Amino acid sequence: MRRSAEISTPGKIAPLGDFTNALVDPDLPTPRGVMGPGGAKADKRFNVYRNNVTVGLVNALVDIFPAVHRLVGDAFFRQMARVYVQAERPGSPLLFEYGGTFPQFLESFAPAKHLFYLADVARLEREWLDAFHAADSKVLEAQDLGAVNPEDLPHARFIRHPAAHVLRSSFAVVSIFSANRSGQSLSHIDPDAAEDGLVSRPHHDVEVRQLPQGAAVFLAMLMDGETLGQAASQAASVAEDFDLATAISGMLEAGVFAGISINTNSKRETIHDQSN
Amino acid sequence: MSEAPCHIPRDLVAAGAWKRGNAIRQSLSLMKGEINMTPATTRANARIETRFNDSTVPARAGAGLKAEHVDAILQDDYHIGFLEVHAENYMGDGGAPHRALSAIRQNFPLCVHGVGLSIGSEKALNKVHLDRLKKVVERYEPGLVSEHLAWSTHDNSYYNDLLPVPYDQPTLDRVCDHIDQVQEVLGRKILLENPSTYLQFDHSTMSETDFIAQIARRSGCGLLLDINNVFVSATNQDYRPLTYLSEFPLEKVEEIHLAGHATDTDDDGRPLLIDAHDRPVDDAVWKLYDIVIGQMGPVPTLIEWDNDVPDWPVLRREAMRADEILERRAGNYMLGSRHAAVC
Repeated sequence: MRRSAEISTPGKIAPLGDFTNALVDPDLPTPRGVMGPGGAKADKRFNVYRNNVTVGLVNALVDIFPAVHRLVGDAFFRQMARVYVQAERPGSPLLFEYGGTFPQFLESFAPAKHLFYLADVARLEREWLDAFHAADSKVLEAQDLGAVNPEDLPHARFIRHPAAHVLRSSFAVVSIFSANRSGQSLSHIDPDAAEDGLVSRPHHDVEVRQLPQGAAVFLAMLMDGETLGQAASQAASVAEDFDLATAISGMLEAGVFAGISINTNSKRETIHDQSN
Repeated sequence: MSEAPCHIPRDLVAAGAWKRGNAIRQSLSLMKGEINMTPATTRANARIETRFNDSTVPARAGAGLKAEHVDAILQDDYHIGFLEVHAENYMGDGGAPHRALSAIRQNFPLCVHGVGLSIGSEKALNKVHLDRLKKVVERYEPGLVSEHLAWSTHDNSYYNDLLPVPYDQPTLDRVCDHIDQVQEVLGRKILLENPSTYLQFDHSTMSETDFIAQIARRSGCGLLLDINNVFVSATNQDYRPLTYLSEFPLEKVEEIHLAGHATDTDDDGRPLLIDAHDRPVDDAVWKLYDIVIGQMGPVPTLIEWDNDVPDWPVLRREAMRADEILERRAGNYMLGSRHAAVC
């Protein structure tokens, strides 16, 4: 009893704080105050918790980043993930949100530097999982767009579907991701070929597409709330062969948007929103 | 505003606009194939009109729900007594997990088992997380809601393990306060699960059973008796599981967990069991279960299998084994009660 009162005194190190530091740092000794039956040594006993924590979080990263895992191999990935786990614990008990800073970590992780595209593949995988858990929403259909007066279309703004993300990369991120997730060979892929990717969930499943030139600019502007007219003109200025009709049918098919709103002068009409 | 080249063709849906070859359709480890259920668009309305039928969890065997088993469970002639989910897996905003659980919930009673509330934490509970749990409970109307006598979060870091607490008065007071808070926010009783432990704290001042009994008495919570945890902890801490069970307030137990464990040794070469949830329930644990059910009567019993998850028929076989014991003991228990009443 006296000891517990002492431990709760401000200024003393809390036993659980001791415990957590040693959980993730294998160089720290087994914390004070823990033991086996009859006061037996508890190093191996404490190591069970150490192992549970580290292996559990490493396994979570394997699940979240399966393509990165395949690219570097299991042993390498686990060593690398241990370094990350030591530096960065999940900030919430929702493990599927873990690893948001893993791509940045990969960029600075010297042993993986030669795999220059790895961080972007990880970004795409993180976005894939965000899309997987994103809120359910209606998807903008062709008839919703067809219902808009053609004269109003250039002023149309779109409401992003919660699962839709555009990722622009200097590397062949979509090809590498796709080949890994479907178990195909990477030998035909030139990793230096820049690719833009689109992650979306038009129906039930998450889909990843490679975007043609100009489409990433087009979608990114629409996602930022710019008008169809502005987005089309910007896309045409960066990609000579940008085809608006193809882009529109592509964005409908991929379910990038949940709704459309027309704002002519001060009149604002929302045809379709995210509620369900 | 630039309104330059915006000629929109009337025929908006030219099929296959962005090359299909580059599209990936994949559902990762969650949900293979389609599930026949209410479309998302009508779910909000449906929720108000059709409350779930099976709000009570029967005194039968249930299984921990794994995404890869959802279709098999829905199609199986063996209608399992109930399913249990880890609350945290359904705290995302939407998508496949909610679709799968909605389909399951329409057909089965459900238990929600939290693994991330950190009730044994030294600091205050995470209110955001508690609200997330409340949302899951409101959405799926489980018959039972449970959490662990453990902690997993410290200084905003989540450690993803059920870490042990010292059995002393300050911890007891804190855990009781936390359970009060949880029960108040959820507006219902929760069950607290006994832990599997690998070590003890030298400043503990009471036994685990005394600690748990006091929590139940003070907070009014029910208990979830994990018999594998009893066996694991008893072996690791060198006491008899039957002694533990004789001291445990069985009258407060509303659910039982059974799982498999792995075997290791400690620094002195003594057995050290690990609560691995990666294999069938051990025979020694089945024996203890049989004794407990004989003593307290049938109670909802969950088979937990979280790692190296087998195909559904293997998990179902474990559940059927629990069902057999429950049925056999139910008969004896009724005879016993009648006999007692006659006397």
